Amino acid sequence: MSTDSTLANPVVVPVDVAKDSAPKEPFWSPKNKRLLTDPFNDDNPITVQVLGVCSALAVTTQLKTALVMSVSVVVVMACANLLISLLRNTIPSRIRMIVQLLVISGLVVMVDQVLKAFAYDVARQLSVYIGLIITNCIIMGRLEAMAMSSKPAPSLLDGIGNGVGYGVILIVVAFFRELFGAGTLLGFQVVPQVFYDMGYVNNGIMLTSAAAMFIIAIVIWIQRSRNTKLVDIS
Amino acid sequence: MDLVNIFIKAAFLENMVLAYFLGMCSFLAVSKTVKTAFGLGIAVIFVLAITAPLNWFVNTYFLTEGALAFIHPSLASVDLTFLQFIVFIATIASMVQLVEIIVERFFPPLYNALGIFLPLITVNCAILGGSLFLIEREYAFDESVVFGIGSGFGFFLAIVALASIREKLRYSHIPPAMRGLGMAFLVTGLMGLAFMSFAGISL
Repeated sequence: MSTDSTLANPVVVPVDVAKDSAPKEPFWSPKNKRLLTDPFNDDNPITVQVLGVCSALAVTTQLKTALVMSVSVVVVMACANLLISLLRNTIPSRIRMIVQLLVISGLVVMVDQVLKAFAYDVARQLSVYIGLIITNCIIMGRLEAMAMSSKPAPSLLDGIGNGVGYGVILIVVAFFRELFGAGTLLGFQVVPQVFYDMGYVNNGIMLTSAAAMFIIAIVIWIQRSRNTKLVDIS
Repeated sequence: MDLVNIFIKAAFLENMVLAYFLGMCSFLAVSKTVKTAFGLGIAVIFVLAITAPLNWFVNTYFLTEGALAFIHPSLASVDLTFLQFIVFIATIASMVQLVEIIVERFFPPLYNALGIFLPLITVNCAILGGSLFLIEREYAFDESVVFGIGSGFGFFLAIVALASIREKLRYSHIPPAMRGLGMAFLVTGLMGLAFMSFAGISL
């Protein structure tokens, strides 16, 4: 799938951090760039790493909730990865999960408060889903796999990359579910009334979680037939 | 009889995985072979059986409105339910950490096979979902124990079933791009549709 349009945004963000990072390894080294771009295709959180599937099923009945969820996850993930990476040498391994979860919950509460302050209507609709970010395994998965063992700058890039890679899948799934399940996109009616008069009916199965599984399966099929190195040999 | 009903309901009619689609990540990722699926299933039963009553206890004696009155009568109006999420997650995280230490010490092969998905039980939505359903349905203590074991057993059944199907699927002729994960998603969707037929049964 095309990810070019979404690539443009996160590139702007980490420029400030580049000043602080150690001069030994340039911030935009090829290795770091791959951290940012891999999650779109080769290392996508949902279709390759199988992380964050539950929330992908829960919030994708409407495009709007999927969009807000993706943005919130990108923010929480980038900040959590950066914070844990800065703290990584001071966290005893025996209590690391509790520390990670405290950092995530703190960030999620902050996102919730910001949404309440600036987008109250959206926040009221989404309050439950924002809470779901705490139990989104993709965040803790990246903290365990990346932030606990690498420097702050690569961790930040990894967080942003994975957050956007997750968001892309969410938006694709939500697009099809809302289009076929309710005939709307972002709440506006897309399927013309004439179709309904002629006997077109919304597909009720699209509103069940099972439909999200089928759509993700099709996304995986398309992705793997274009990118054959992901194909499961076993 | 009530307890048996709760167990059957939690394990089949309201199966965490196939009816509510919770706990999907580890469900899909660890179901490649029956052996690891079995291990994760047991771990989830264990964690749910401990955290469900524990969170019931914490909720009833600390978080609900007026629960703190046993410390001092002036605290009777304190309502800490807004802390539910964070407290539940903290309880679950400490229990999973405990399970990880035990598994690492006594079952090293299982520890290696589960890999990152053992710590990820913490953020397995089925576990937190279990605690939240428990509060929502106002179960008593004994009911919450049975509910915890029942929903853990439901997860165990579902993941072993999916792993068995995936082992059989290895002998079938599937387009290369759909092998493995793609088929796992499809099969889970179909299993979910099949489990919808339980919806009409009332106990």
